[in-house]
Amino acid sequence: MTAGHTMSGRPTAVSDCILRVENLSISFGRGRSKNQAVQKLTYRLAAGETLAIVGESGSGKSVSSMALLGLLPAGQALVESGEAWFEGRDLLAMSEAEITHLRGDRIAMIFQEPMTSLNPVLTIGRQLTEGLVVHKGMSQREAEARAIEMIELVRLSDAASRLRQYPHELSGGMRQRIMIAMAMASDPAILIADEPTTALDVTVQAQILDLMRDLKRDFDTSIILITHDMGVVAEMADRVVVMHRGRKVEDGPVERIFVAPAEDYTKSLLAAVPRLGRAAGPPAVTSDIEPADDGSVLVRARDLSKRFRSGGWFSRDEGVLAMDEIGFDLAPGETLALVGESGSGKSTTGRAILRLIEVDEGEILIGNRDVRKLGQASLRGARRTMQMIFQDPFASLNPRMSAGRLVMEPMVIHGVASGSELEDRTVELLRRVGLEADHMRRFPHEFSGGQRQRICIARALGPGPKLIVADEPTSALDVSVQAQVLDLLLELQQSLGLAFLFISHDMAVVEEVSHRVAVMHQGRIVEMGPRQAVLNNPRHSYTRTLLAAVPMPDPTRRRGALPTLDVAAMPRGPLAEVAPNHWVAA
Amino acid sequence: MASIAPTTIAENVHGELAGFWLRLVKSPTGLIGLLIVLTLIATALFAVWIAPFDPLQMGAGPRLQPPSAQYWFGTDDFGRDLFSRVVYGARLTLQIGVIAVGISLTSGLLLGLVAGYAGGWTERVLMRLVDVLFSFTEIVIALACLAILGIGLTNAMIAIGIASIPFYARVTHSVVLVEKGKPYFEAGIAAGAGHVRMIFLHLLPNVVPTLIVVGTLGISTAVLAAAGLSFLGLGAQPPEPEWGFMLSSSRDLISRAPWMMIFPGSAIAITVLGFNLLGDGIREVLDPRQVMR
Repeated sequence: MTAGHTMSGRPTAVSDCILRVENLSISFGRGRSKNQAVQKLTYRLAAGETLAIVGESGSGKSVSSMALLGLLPAGQALVESGEAWFEGRDLLAMSEAEITHLRGDRIAMIFQEPMTSLNPVLTIGRQLTEGLVVHKGMSQREAEARAIEMIELVRLSDAASRLRQYPHELSGGMRQRIMIAMAMASDPAILIADEPTTALDVTVQAQILDLMRDLKRDFDTSIILITHDMGVVAEMADRVVVMHRGRKVEDGPVERIFVAPAEDYTKSLLAAVPRLGRAAGPPAVTSDIEPADDGSVLVRARDLSKRFRSGGWFSRDEGVLAMDEIGFDLAPGETLALVGESGSGKSTTGRAILRLIEVDEGEILIGNRDVRKLGQASLRGARRTMQMIFQDPFASLNPRMSAGRLVMEPMVIHGVASGSELEDRTVELLRRVGLEADHMRRFPHEFSGGQRQRICIARALGPGPKLIVADEPTSALDVSVQAQVLDLLLELQQSLGLAFLFISHDMAVVEEVSHRVAVMHQGRIVEMGPRQAVLNNPRHSYTRTLLAAVPMPDPTRRRGALPTLDVAAMPRGPLAEVAPNHWVAA
Repeated sequence: MASIAPTTIAENVHGELAGFWLRLVKSPTGLIGLLIVLTLIATALFAVWIAPFDPLQMGAGPRLQPPSAQYWFGTDDFGRDLFSRVVYGARLTLQIGVIAVGISLTSGLLLGLVAGYAGGWTERVLMRLVDVLFSFTEIVIALACLAILGIGLTNAMIAIGIASIPFYARVTHSVVLVEKGKPYFEAGIAAGAGHVRMIFLHLLPNVVPTLIVVGTLGISTAVLAAAGLSFLGLGAQPPEPEWGFMLSSSRDLISRAPWMMIFPGSAIAITVLGFNLLGDGIREVLDPRQVMR
């Protein structure tokens, strides 16, 4: 692409270059434990452009941007070489005082966790006006007027009264809007956004991305967008820098990167991204084996309700209804996906089925046994047939047990094997999930994220379960690792005939792995049916909104405006069958 | 867990322990603390050979001699050799530290573990009891125990041990609550583990490192408390060469024979410093962020 205009008409003239990063190298630690985090990174940022820096964890994408603002952890990280020219000055050569002056004024930053980046003990107003008073020399009254204007710009209601609120009074999406308002209030030349929507639900993410796009246009700000999500990249970026292990793999206009990636790494990264609608084309490998269609049922859940009460003994607090008349069947060898946003009750449902938490009402039958009526001892015995895989593989492995002992544990508990037989079986399981026999002696912290999840899977397989509840098993993993773990789960299901209750927020992943999908919203299932029916022909307004909000990893398909969802008017009644096996809340 | 190949575990434990000592020696705080504590232990063990005189022998030299080539730390008002008394005092000090902390650590660990693991009413009752004990200063509880048990160094150790049970119970309880909230705990239950396995295989190994740190730091507190009780005349009785008691008997002679105060006092200070440094060093080493590297 030469100087001039891209297909989408955005300026990329080199002369507009606002930030020029040359040969940036950063290392962590020193001596033998030295770790090269970024190596000779060079890129340019044009005025009014959104540059996405993409890569998996450990690629150096965040570190390289932190370095620009002098935010590297002191004493640990070291900028070894490089220049970063901004407004005629080298950011990397600036003194602490100079960079502090620039930070939050000419270059602003927003972070992944809107809760932790706002100070919980100061009001929104105080935090919004502080920077204006310090950097812009405004009086408190002027700053407040500007703050109100900014809150309106990020489309929050009741701007004036928001100033007196504290961060905990706002939802995650609202907090991220405040962060954006704070960043944009000083009219910065560059906004660095580090995974700005990763912690948010997909519908909120769509709104925040829309907002960032509009603000960029209105303020003519350049954005450096750091993300791992190719969908977000396709939706937001003009140009893309792909990073891998501290090095720039390639860069170019977003259309070219997606359509004709030059490097193998970029190709594999793009190939690993689950795409919604891909499985709708040629039949995916995944649906080859259909569950036994003889009407047999492994799990039957009926009218499950659970209310979480907060407050003390005398509290009149009604609490939150986490599960509200949940009911579904799961056949042997079948995958039912529970989809929903945070707080929809999907994890609670998964745990309730395994009786890791007690429900208030309802019936759970697993293979004709009423799980709710089991005593402590027989419940422990019954756990042999139902195992769980957790979201965070590291946290779900006891840090003081070796991989071998971790995998052995359920087999020891249920007396599946002992002695050398146990050892052999453990080795076999580790190999089965793609690990080596000598991994047995290592401890969880010595493995990578994907390997840890493989240990968790091996552990769950040990006692020979029929049902596995998988709670977001891949959402903590990098996209290429996610693809491998999903493949492994599917392969295991086919060879062992496992039934999965697959809990996820990611529609594209769900489409890849599930036979049937149940969409949850505020503790209720609002739509349930075969995967194709629910995803291609959604009948419920919430399902439609959820699907429309998913960012597409395809820059040529810009998402239209989001359908507005009127939660109050949304049907939440009992499920009615609209097509064979396709149920929708009436 | 007899079914697990013993070699595997032995090698792991061996490797882990070697790494632990290596990291401990590499940190300056840990190394200095370790050296002080090892010196103290060696002094206590080899007191018979180190001390030139019998610590209880009166008239080993002239009374109230200042430090000299023969009497390194001088002599006290009964003509006993102060150096020998300080050396033998190391034995008593270590006993106090180990026994007092042993009592409070094991009882506190048990209380906190049971309360934290069981939850519900067990937790409420146990922890409120601990709160009641906690609302008295430790010295008051220790004095009450001594009033019941009678005066003496052994009873003082027990009293100090009992007095600090609430502290260890609270620390254990809070660590257990943190560990219980981690997904691996739920993973253990989901796997079908029973109470014994959950407590001893999952909770305990993750709770103990914190308590090792707290216990090491606690030894110095116990030593100070014992010295305090002995100073008040409630702990060690004459002629025991206990440092705190030696301090108290130097009180009247402070202007005439300051060495009677300086050497036992320094011994207490160095011991407390040593255990504090060692505790800090162990904490640095056991910090998971360090282990991850």
